[in-house]
Amino acid sequence: MTIPRGKVVAIMGGSGCGKTTILRLIGGQLHPQAGRVLVAGQSVPDLDREALFAMRRKIGMLFQFGALFTDLTVFENIAFTLREHTALPDAFVHDLVLMKLNAVGLRGTAQLSPAELSGGMARRVALARAIALDPMLVLYDEPFAGLDPISLGVIGQLIREVNDALGITSVIVTHDVYESLKIVDYLYFVSDGHIIAQGTPGEVRASTDPFVRQFVDGAPDGPVPFHYPARAYAEDLAVHAR
Amino acid sequence: MPADALAHGLRRLGAGAINAVSRLGYSTRFFAVVLMHSPAAFRRTRLTMREIYFAGTLSLVIIMVSGLFVGMVLGLQGYDSLNKYGAGESLGIFVGLSLVRELGPVVAGLLFASRAGSAITAEIGLMKTTEQLAAMEMMAVDPLARIVAPRFWGGVISMPLLAALFSMMGVFGAYLVGVRLIGVDSGAFWGNMRAAIEFWPDITNGIIKSVVFGVAVSLIAVFEGYDAKPTAEGVSSATTRTVVGASLAILALDFILTVFMFRGLGR
Repeated sequence: MTIPRGKVVAIMGGSGCGKTTILRLIGGQLHPQAGRVLVAGQSVPDLDREALFAMRRKIGMLFQFGALFTDLTVFENIAFTLREHTALPDAFVHDLVLMKLNAVGLRGTAQLSPAELSGGMARRVALARAIALDPMLVLYDEPFAGLDPISLGVIGQLIREVNDALGITSVIVTHDVYESLKIVDYLYFVSDGHIIAQGTPGEVRASTDPFVRQFVDGAPDGPVPFHYPARAYAEDLAVHAR
Repeated sequence: MPADALAHGLRRLGAGAINAVSRLGYSTRFFAVVLMHSPAAFRRTRLTMREIYFAGTLSLVIIMVSGLFVGMVLGLQGYDSLNKYGAGESLGIFVGLSLVRELGPVVAGLLFASRAGSAITAEIGLMKTTEQLAAMEMMAVDPLARIVAPRFWGGVISMPLLAALFSMMGVFGAYLVGVRLIGVDSGAFWGNMRAAIEFWPDITNGIIKSVVFGVAVSLIAVFEGYDAKPTAEGVSSATTRTVVGASLAILALDFILTVFMFRGLGR
């Protein structure tokens, strides 16, 4: 799997197929049992703690439900990395934070606590926090999960705009085909730890691959079965013996 | 098949023992890492101050009210017993010694474990559940330095102060009951107390105990929170483990410390 610089790439698959694991491998939170993970030419599993932390400063990550720090205000959440990793004067941090918040349209929420935000707003604040240090790569873990249609559109558009305006690379892990097709440059379909299909949005729409079709059409049964693996139905039922 | 049952029992015993030892090792390593990150917590004084506020200042009400009541009961019970031997005037000694040496650190520690320890565990556990700790790691900030170490030291610093306030309120409560209500001579109450309680070893032993309890409770609280399963169930059982474990640790440590302290005194 290759993710080219400057592109928005989606990794798609059913729940529990290992999508988020890929993000955790890229971020160095998990160690691969086999294989390689290269980020900007560096092998992530081989980095020592210091080098890993240095690399992570260049990566922003948006967690599924934002993962905003609940003990800090919105402003302090975004100022967090700036204060931890830079020695910028307060006035400068202040302006930077407001610029990031303005980019996601939430400058007015600076003094609110994360608990006062709606799900969609929290995710936008988390996006502002992820790009606070102007990263080279932003990882999105299910950015579309559980949002209303308006917030969905807003987040999708923001991901695209932020990617193009800041010249970063974006990796989106999601199961939302519809939203992804609108904004991404390339898609990978993952199942059971394997890439089973890939292509540009145009290729995916025209694809005849049964898995891709099931995914795009939202069919309940197909290559991904409706039933969890089990013994034969008749064997499981008590009546079969009689 | 009794042999099977026996083998099964042995296996479970063995697994339990291995689990207990590995957890002990893990928590010891955790303690070492927290200590290693402590200079960072002190460099960012604001963070530790905030935790002292949450663990210490917010525990003031329960600690002081409990101290007052424990002292008042001590005054009543103590006077009743002492007066049988005509030693009612020694009430001050009895109350002062039991509070400073034992009840202050122990009861304040137990209250601290249930009031502040449980809150620390629940907070860290919830941060883990909502991926805040993972997010922090991805921002190249170590949660052990930013979240755990300040909470640990906030607890360690608060605990001796709370124990001292508990003892003070206890003495005041005993004074209210003994002197004001029962009518023990005020001069005898204070004078005997001052003559009998030495700074060294009585008060210092009390301070040593409260510091040790502070370390134990805070360590258990941050460890259980950090180690909690990231689910609602996991956080709830971690909180329970903090209160139970910390309370038992306080009582056991109290016995061990008291044995050593009395040997040291040669009594």
